[in-house]
Amino acid sequence: MTDTLPARPTPAQLAQRKPAAQPAPATKTAPVEVTGAQSLVLSLEAVGVDTVFGIPGGAILPAYDPLMDSKSVRHILVRHEQGAGHAAEGYAAATGKVGVCMATSGPGATNLVTPIADANMDSVPIVAITGQVTSTSIGTDAFQEADIRGITMPVSKHNYLVTKAEDIPRAIAEAFHLASTGRPGPVLVDVSKDALTSRTTFSWPPTLDLPGYHPVTRPHGKQIREAARLIAAAQRPIFYIGGGVIRARASEELRRLVDLTQIPLVTTLMARGAVPDDHPLHLGMPGMHGTVSAVTGLQKSDLIIALGARFDDRVTGQLSTFAPEATIIHADIDPAEISKNRYADVPIVGDCKEVIVDLIDAIAADQAAGRVGDYAAWRTRVAGWMETYPLGYTDVQDGLLAPQHVIERIGALSGPEATYVAGVGQHQMWAAQFIRYSRPNSWINSGGLGTMGFAIPAAMGAKVAEPHRVVWAIDGDGCFQMTNQELATCVINDIPIKIAVINNSSLGMVRQWQTLFYNQRYSNTDLHTSHNSRIPDFVKLAEAYGVLGLRAEKPEDVDATIQEALAVNDRPVLIDFVVHRDAMVWPMVPAGVSNDKILDARDAAPVWERED
Amino acid sequence: MPKHTLSVLVENKPGVLARIAGLFSRRSFNIDSLAVGPTEHPDISRMTVVVDVDEAPLEQVTKQLNKLVEVLKVVELDQSASVQRQILLIKVRSDAAARSHIIETVDLFRGKIIDVGPDTLTIEATGKSEKLDALLTLLEPYGIRELVQSGVVAIGRGPRSITDRTLRSA
Repeated sequence: MTDTLPARPTPAQLAQRKPAAQPAPATKTAPVEVTGAQSLVLSLEAVGVDTVFGIPGGAILPAYDPLMDSKSVRHILVRHEQGAGHAAEGYAAATGKVGVCMATSGPGATNLVTPIADANMDSVPIVAITGQVTSTSIGTDAFQEADIRGITMPVSKHNYLVTKAEDIPRAIAEAFHLASTGRPGPVLVDVSKDALTSRTTFSWPPTLDLPGYHPVTRPHGKQIREAARLIAAAQRPIFYIGGGVIRARASEELRRLVDLTQIPLVTTLMARGAVPDDHPLHLGMPGMHGTVSAVTGLQKSDLIIALGARFDDRVTGQLSTFAPEATIIHADIDPAEISKNRYADVPIVGDCKEVIVDLIDAIAADQAAGRVGDYAAWRTRVAGWMETYPLGYTDVQDGLLAPQHVIERIGALSGPEATYVAGVGQHQMWAAQFIRYSRPNSWINSGGLGTMGFAIPAAMGAKVAEPHRVVWAIDGDGCFQMTNQELATCVINDIPIKIAVINNSSLGMVRQWQTLFYNQRYSNTDLHTSHNSRIPDFVKLAEAYGVLGLRAEKPEDVDATIQEALAVNDRPVLIDFVVHRDAMVWPMVPAGVSNDKILDARDAAPVWERED
Repeated sequence: MPKHTLSVLVENKPGVLARIAGLFSRRSFNIDSLAVGPTEHPDISRMTVVVDVDEAPLEQVTKQLNKLVEVLKVVELDQSASVQRQILLIKVRSDAAARSHIIETVDLFRGKIIDVGPDTLTIEATGKSEKLDALLTLLEPYGIRELVQSGVVAIGRGPRSITDRTLRSA
């Protein structure tokens, strides 16, 4: 535990620091006599919740009675608890506010586990409230009993089991505080039925009791100066921008930092939109399906400035050969991310926004003193890669649609103010590649956990949070069938999202790997949703729900169908885009292989000049 | 791999032990020994965890522990700057002929005989794990019927207390 740099605070020291100022409580309430259930609803109102996604059931039933009378909390009844969880994530990812979902004990709670794990991996602030069996029955294998606190321990930021009514306001207040501060994440509050039914006194605000929670947001000045010094001295620096910049709402500051330093940047899957894609220094997305210039830019750099990124294996490829010549400046609000995968020469613990602002000040001061980094040669080299290896795809010859073209047109016709939510797989990668993002939070996806079925409910949550925006769920035929029951929720609750099913009748990404690495043996990847049979017929399915169902199968119909969907705003619209089956996501770095081995297309590795 | 002793101060709340144990197993960190008990402060429990890890994973363990909301403080106790103790209870086969030899050995190790049966002796011994290992080696030839040992507990030498500052900020 000895630190290599004297300035580096130890985790224990970090834990000693004062917490950031807590947000002012919404309202102050004098004590009132209520039930635990009323106390729960009053607490939700007091923390400013306007929407809860959930499903009632036995143990949570008492809470649903006062919820019905709430003037400020809208409860949206979903069709599956997983949908409630992802909707809460979509709501949170679109706005930065805490998303809320609610479920009953046992299976209701366990159905929330996937979204909770998803939110944990992608640092999404959500609070999940679950009913629990009566406290005296806990541990007896009672009907619908599950130890949801134990189950979610490894996949949540924190969790609570509340068995006394008087503890409800504090648990709720702490849960929202934990979810939204520091590194955001999911917090679960499990409330026993007797805590909901017994009498208590409600008053607000409660006193938070979190003696062990002190997230560090202010970066260390010495580390910032050291970072600025390395930046000025570097020849081939690059910004490696991660989702932390989005969560910290630091896009504007980042833009200023990039313009000040004139250093090229890459935005990861979680950071798409943090800097506009048309920024001349933006090399695109790094990683397994990143652009050649972004992957190579990191690979050949001599200084990586990682902001809110975590050196995920999908970005680094084979870790031992990742960016071999690069010195690392790594800024993150979570000290445990720093030096977890790649050793950080300059570790900076802090909120990305504050880190960036401090970096701007330090670098501006250096520049004023004549210490200006000169990266002109590097920029030229990088620009050469961008020109030689732009993102692209080959048009399909069989008369069907090229999925990349479909997604590109959705982006072009809907514009940067729309929100794009993806599932997981090929369509997700194409949506990350071929839509031009220029706004933070305009791209929402399941990055870390890779949860198929994320798109429909998350788009629903994003649309509820920002009803004025066009919200597209760009989904695959596999993903769509995992959570499409929420179409009912969308129709009934007037949540007019737009759904593009990129229908290649396959589990496309798995099929791509079977094509490349398993001798075209397509084991269990044919979904029969197009190409000879339509099981189900997505247009008919849409219509059964009261969703407008459209289909496009020819290239000339793509634009008109998208326009038609964009013109309908009184109900959800689904377009079944029947696309070519063998389209693949390129470029690609095969799993576990060095990023030096990036393939621009099948069997087509970029040809490097000698110096590259 | 070197052994490291971590003192972990935690809030005295239900489920904390499960959280810590779960964190170790989830992150594939091996626990060599674990001891938990209350401290001089009623709201704070102290865990002593001995782990078998290199320097870099140790830093990761410490950071991950610190991320747990109910963990107040994590301190590594250096072998040379701390006192580390374990307790061992052992039931040894002992006939009349062997009894005095065993008692002599136990005396040498400043152990105690805490129970005597017709053909067994039950011994209590405390100390560093090296000392207890040595005692075990000597007792083994008599025949060990049953053995139980606690996890290591450790405390820093000198006047400083690791709980002081935690209590002030808590």
